[in-house]
Amino acid sequence: MSRQPFYQATKLLLFYLKREYIKLSIWIVSLVATTVAVALAFSGLYQSDTERQLMAETMENPAMKALIGRGFGLDNYTNGAMLSHEMLVMTMIVVAIMSILLVNRLTRQDEENQQLELLLALPLGRLAPSFSAIVVLFLANGLLALVTTIGLTILGIDSIDFIGSLSYSSALFASGIFFGAITLLTAQLSNNQRGSMMLSYLVLGVSYMVRAVGDAGDLWLSYLSPLGLLQETQAYVANYFWPQIVIVVISFFIIGLSMRLREKRDLGSGLLPDKRGKKSASSFLKTTPGFILTLQKVPLISWFVAMLLIGLSYGSVLGDLDAFLSENEVIQQIIGSTEDYSLTEQFIAIILKVMAIISTIPTLMVFHKLKSEEVKGRLDHLFARPLSRLRIYTWYSVISVLTSIVLLTIAVVSLAGAGVYVLDTGVDFMTIVEANIVYLPAIWVVLGVMGAIYGLLGKFDGLTWLYLLFCFVLIYLGDLLEFPDWLMRVSPFYWIPELPMDNFTVWPLMSLTGIGLGLLVIGGIGFMRRDIRQN
Amino acid sequence: MMIDVSGLKKNFGKVEALKDVHVTVEKGRIVGFIGPNGAGKSTTIRILLGLLRKDAGKAEIFGLDCYRDAVEIHKRISYVPGDVNLWPNLTGGEVIDLFIDMQGKKVASSRKEELMKRFDFDPTKKCRTYSKGNRQKVALIAAFSVESDLYILDEPTSGLDPLMEREFQALVKEQQTKGKSVLLSSHILSEVEQLCDDVVIIRQGEIIESGSLKDLRHLTRTQFIVETETDMPGFKNLPGVYDVTKNEEKWHFQVDHEQISSVLSFLGQFPIAKLETKEPTLEDLFMRHYESDDKGGA
Ligand SMILES: Nc1ncnc2c1ncn2[C@@H]1O[C@H](COP(=O)(O)OP(=O)(O)O)[C@@H](O)[C@H]1O
Ligand SMILES: [Mg+2]
Repeated sequence: MSRQPFYQATKLLLFYLKREYIKLSIWIVSLVATTVAVALAFSGLYQSDTERQLMAETMENPAMKALIGRGFGLDNYTNGAMLSHEMLVMTMIVVAIMSILLVNRLTRQDEENQQLELLLALPLGRLAPSFSAIVVLFLANGLLALVTTIGLTILGIDSIDFIGSLSYSSALFASGIFFGAITLLTAQLSNNQRGSMMLSYLVLGVSYMVRAVGDAGDLWLSYLSPLGLLQETQAYVANYFWPQIVIVVISFFIIGLSMRLREKRDLGSGLLPDKRGKKSASSFLKTTPGFILTLQKVPLISWFVAMLLIGLSYGSVLGDLDAFLSENEVIQQIIGSTEDYSLTEQFIAIILKVMAIISTIPTLMVFHKLKSEEVKGRLDHLFARPLSRLRIYTWYSVISVLTSIVLLTIAVVSLAGAGVYVLDTGVDFMTIVEANIVYLPAIWVVLGVMGAIYGLLGKFDGLTWLYLLFCFVLIYLGDLLEFPDWLMRVSPFYWIPELPMDNFTVWPLMSLTGIGLGLLVIGGIGFMRRDIRQN
Repeated sequence: MMIDVSGLKKNFGKVEALKDVHVTVEKGRIVGFIGPNGAGKSTTIRILLGLLRKDAGKAEIFGLDCYRDAVEIHKRISYVPGDVNLWPNLTGGEVIDLFIDMQGKKVASSRKEELMKRFDFDPTKKCRTYSKGNRQKVALIAAFSVESDLYILDEPTSGLDPLMEREFQALVKEQQTKGKSVLLSSHILSEVEQLCDDVVIIRQGEIIESGSLKDLRHLTRTQFIVETETDMPGFKNLPGVYDVTKNEEKWHFQVDHEQISSVLSFLGQFPIAKLETKEPTLEDLFMRHYESDDKGGA
């Protein structure tokens, strides 16, 4: 052990707060605003008990439970019960992402950029950076929980009371703390920032999927996931607080363990083994696409596995849904008589849309690598050699498009495979695959937006992530909140026919593909004309 | 004793970065820590700073253990790395203040201002816009604003222009006159020669020479290239002249430092068309080291 491991942590804390307060304010304000707005919208749209109860009916099936959580108080679906059912799990995920990014920035990123070396050469305890990062984590999530509680309570909506809001927002708090703590741990395991972040997201993804499978089958599996456990707070219904306490206590153990590991390891190293690299470049690496792919090998493989697992888990949930439907003759009658297509198919349509959105993330990430290469000054090495800008830009675009095709295909094939295997009713394998593949043009439009902004300006392309988030919100809440049509049209995903319910039409697919490619070309022209940035 | 390192070992997996390192820095001395790239200079320094754990041996500063008592030690030292990375959205001035503040010592702002002027540094720009040299200035100004007992500098001038490097050398000398000690690493021998009292030479994780620069003078001979039309009888047998080769009118040879003036006066007797001298490089020094190893072995 070293002496004074936390020396001057307060000074460092002030420095961290100064660096982070703007970013954190934006996160907190947007999160609280969204939650409050949704609460208001729900209470405005679903005023009578019968309206809400009808809503609850459509939610009470394994498929919806897998997607958004199993929900409580479904037999007495108050405004509060509805809010916590529809919003808690998703918001916990967003809070987790905020916390992962925060802790990653303050720990592994500083370490990788050798800023921590400068700091630790000053009279600063070895654990002061980790400690201060954790304090910032607690402050940010604490403030978020506080403002959310106040914001929801003062709305004065019937059934959205103080104690329920406290239960709701303390679940958000616990989720943030837990995933922040996980990120402190992964910062000790991996010896680079990307690796650490990927590991944290992996834990988050597995938590979500384990909860999905558990919630759909009403299994104890849910309790193994922090997200599954935290929804047990039953905000606005039972208002338990033990799940939060359990999760925060576990987080403290993880934080303690991480600090022990940090104390023992060298600065700049990770505890996971680092393989010895190759002596010389393979002929694959020497080609432009080979080079781009090699740089992103690990994230691409991880995404491939992740999409496979997502497809399999959603696919296996279909079986639960199917069993539920065949047992429940009443629902069968309602749906079977009023619609041409079964609830299973409607659910598949939602899942496919969500999977299309998820596949857009790696597609954008592959392309975004070009930006980070530029900003770190590494593109200079390429352009100083006889490699044209057009060539680099084109290859990044092509590989991004291929990424979207491969990942969406693997996801839907595994979903359809698992689904057809567990389903008794005849949903055709190829029908599902086709219904998902038609989303590719929408993904390319989002990619095109990033390409155009990046190519023309070289900055602000991060806004594309907001656009994608916005598209997701439209899909997730669009029908619930009855958004106007013009707003829904902003999302390219809106234009895609929902097969097999809608008829297959070619023109939206053609036009979206055209728009996507057009935007990429515009970006390419801009990229060839503008300055290459540094930093 | 400011720095006391002996028998220091460090492995990174299978890589033996340090095999047996011993370095001492006495109070008031400037010690050059010299070795080619990858020799283990930064690794040694990072162990001294408590950033890395040693595998074996002793690493003490002010008689305190470098890992366990890192905080106590850091209150009295300043560090400048060769590769300075800063937070892109803070200004240079902000970062300097931050570092000085964390050092925990009172610093007159006039001292900071003076250093900024001497290094011709604009503190109002964001760090993302600074060149390598300017980022290094940030670390140098922060380090020298504080009156530390020991300065640990790891190739601190690799991005500075010659003018700034001279300013840096003057600064180091000033600190020495105040009784401060300095450990200065470099891979260029001539760079530290003008500054250092003692030199420690490291290669492949082992110390191959150490001692005062005067003691090591025997290792550094100056290279001469002389062009003359006449023959120079008896030149080869002069004391302190080595490795004489003659290629048409060009003579190549090396001269011990002590004998330079007598060799020059000898050369003065002849019509010299051209005379060039070269300071010995680190590589020459290693060649000499292995030569003497061979002799010892035989
Ligand atoms: N984190 C590390 N992992 C593996 N090897 C390392 C690591 N850090 C340094 N080394 C190796 O240790 C040796 C010494 O490196 P270093 O101390 O940086 O040299 P110098 O500063 O003298 O140029 C080199 O062979 C280098 O490759
Ligand atoms: Mg070095």
